[in-house]
Amino acid sequence: MKHHLILKVITKFMVGVIVLFGLYVQFHGDYSPGGGFQAGVIISAAFILYGIVMGLKNVQKVMPVWFAQKAAAVGVLVYALTGVFSLIFGFEFLNYHAISPEHPKHGQHYGIILVELGVGITVSFVMIAIYYSFAGRTPRLDDKEW
Amino acid sequence: MASEIKEGTLDLINHLPILQVITPMLIAPILVVLNNKTLSWLLSFLGALACLFISVLLIQTVSDGSTLTYSLGGWAPPIGIEYRIDAANSILLFLISIISVIVLIFSYSSLHVEIPEEKHTLFYACFLLCLTGLLGVVATADIFNVFVFLEISSLSTYVLVAQGSYLDRRALSASFNYLIMGTIGATFFVIGIGYIYMATGSLNMMDIAERVSELGDSRTVQAGFAFIVVGMGLKLAMVPLHVWLPNAYTFAPTVVTCFLAATATKVALYVLIRFVFSVFNYEDSFVNELFFFLIMPLAIIAMIAASVIAIFKQNLKKMFAYSSLAQIGYMLLGLSLVSEKGLASSLVHMVNHGFTKAALFMSLGAFMLNTKNVYINSLQGLGRSMPFTSAAFVIGGLSLIGVPGTAGFISKWLLLEAALGSGYWLVAVLIIVSSLFAVIYIWKIIEVLYFSESSESYSEVNVLTLTPIWILSFFCIFLGINTSLTVEVANMAAEILFK
Repeated sequence: MKHHLILKVITKFMVGVIVLFGLYVQFHGDYSPGGGFQAGVIISAAFILYGIVMGLKNVQKVMPVWFAQKAAAVGVLVYALTGVFSLIFGFEFLNYHAISPEHPKHGQHYGIILVELGVGITVSFVMIAIYYSFAGRTPRLDDKEW
Repeated sequence: MASEIKEGTLDLINHLPILQVITPMLIAPILVVLNNKTLSWLLSFLGALACLFISVLLIQTVSDGSTLTYSLGGWAPPIGIEYRIDAANSILLFLISIISVIVLIFSYSSLHVEIPEEKHTLFYACFLLCLTGLLGVVATADIFNVFVFLEISSLSTYVLVAQGSYLDRRALSASFNYLIMGTIGATFFVIGIGYIYMATGSLNMMDIAERVSELGDSRTVQAGFAFIVVGMGLKLAMVPLHVWLPNAYTFAPTVVTCFLAATATKVALYVLIRFVFSVFNYEDSFVNELFFFLIMPLAIIAMIAASVIAIFKQNLKKMFAYSSLAQIGYMLLGLSLVSEKGLASSLVHMVNHGFTKAALFMSLGAFMLNTKNVYINSLQGLGRSMPFTSAAFVIGGLSLIGVPGTAGFISKWLLLEAALGSGYWLVAVLIIVSSLFAVIYIWKIIEVLYFSESSESYSEVNVLTLTPIWILSFFCIFLGINTSLTVEVANMAAEILFK
């Protein structure tokens, strides 16, 4: 897409905005509509847009395949370890009271943020990994074939 | 009943129901992050061992007829998710855990033949997720949680089946078929859950059971029940809905076939049992008539037709896949008698057949390490060159037929007793006829193994491969002699479910 100058410039500008909005949805999930899943999809959309416009090679320089794979697993770990944390401190699995036993309401608040963070990480990197595995299969189109 | 959870103290005994499920779930992502081939085998093996240990502890706790409950996140049951362990599911937790341990020992030597090295880590991660799903389905008492775990196990199963494509590309289409059918099954199941939730406003099994009995004759509940039966029928390969099973079992890697044949369909059957007895009332006419007019005829068709088809299959994995369909027929038949004895025989057969079929598929896998395929002609004379594997295979075969002294005999005897006890003597005759078909196809293989000349000479597989096969064969005999684990727990389970 060498000659699509406008697309490229706009993409470079938009990627940052999309990621920022994703982070807003992520961390405002407990006050307003949103949460980990939606945020994950929005953040991955930034990378997928970059990949579509700049090419698979370029986006994989920013976000290597191995990193997407491992980060997806890390998200699950964040979720599960939040549960194990409460388990170790003698509460039920995923009982957020364990995070702040003196202020159970705060505990609930922090707990849901942590769990949603895990969801967000996993969803965004899984989306990117799915995009990679689809995009990596097809032969890339030349500019002349458009 | 375990003591109450004291907040602020680390007391893992009270957390056994959740630890059973989250141990493999925690290890799976760690494997992906570490990405080390040998370490991933070791960690999955240790995780499976831990699961086995926990399931033994659980079975000890509930073997006196008590129930263990655990509320996730500290939310009390009707609102929060509840895990509920009693005799019925503790025995299945044990089956799933022990099969996973044995299968993982086997995978150490067999996997590198079937799957390229760089995929091993992800394979083990998938395997552990499948284990998580199966354990979760069995442990939970929340119907939506059942669906979630069912999907976790099914999705990883599709991936695991597709891994057979490095030996045979047909694994891909088999896996895709399974994906479509399994997803339709899951959709039906979740629609059923939706109807039940619509009618009762609850997702907790015990709570629903109370509310359903208050509702009386409700069309919504009946529609929900119908959807759940069809959905689970797809997952457990009830006969007209079984088309995905033979190919999935045939083309999956041996490790996966062993694990699925021994656990996956049983878990789906367990869900059906749970719904019939713990959620709905088995005395209601729409449940009762379904069993008499639909499940029983289908089970008998499965028993006879699948056994006949198995006789004519040249690919032994496919032969035993059809034999699995017949065995599922036995389990459904036990369930469809709607009697305590019938249900107990069904539960016992789940465990016994799990060990038997795993032993058979695993020894086929060991043959395959040498012969590269499992067509009946390529096994000629292997009884002499691979004596230990063949002997284990014969023991598994005898148990499948139901020869006295093996595990298969116990469950078939119980099933016959239950059928005669309910007055279905014709059904009892058909059970014996179906067993005779099993004699034919097992004998065909024994003849090839022992009474024909081998064209090539192979050497026996190594000790590490033989160990899991012989553990399973040992169980085939042990469960035929010592029935305290299976029959007593199953009787207790049937009693609890019939309350």
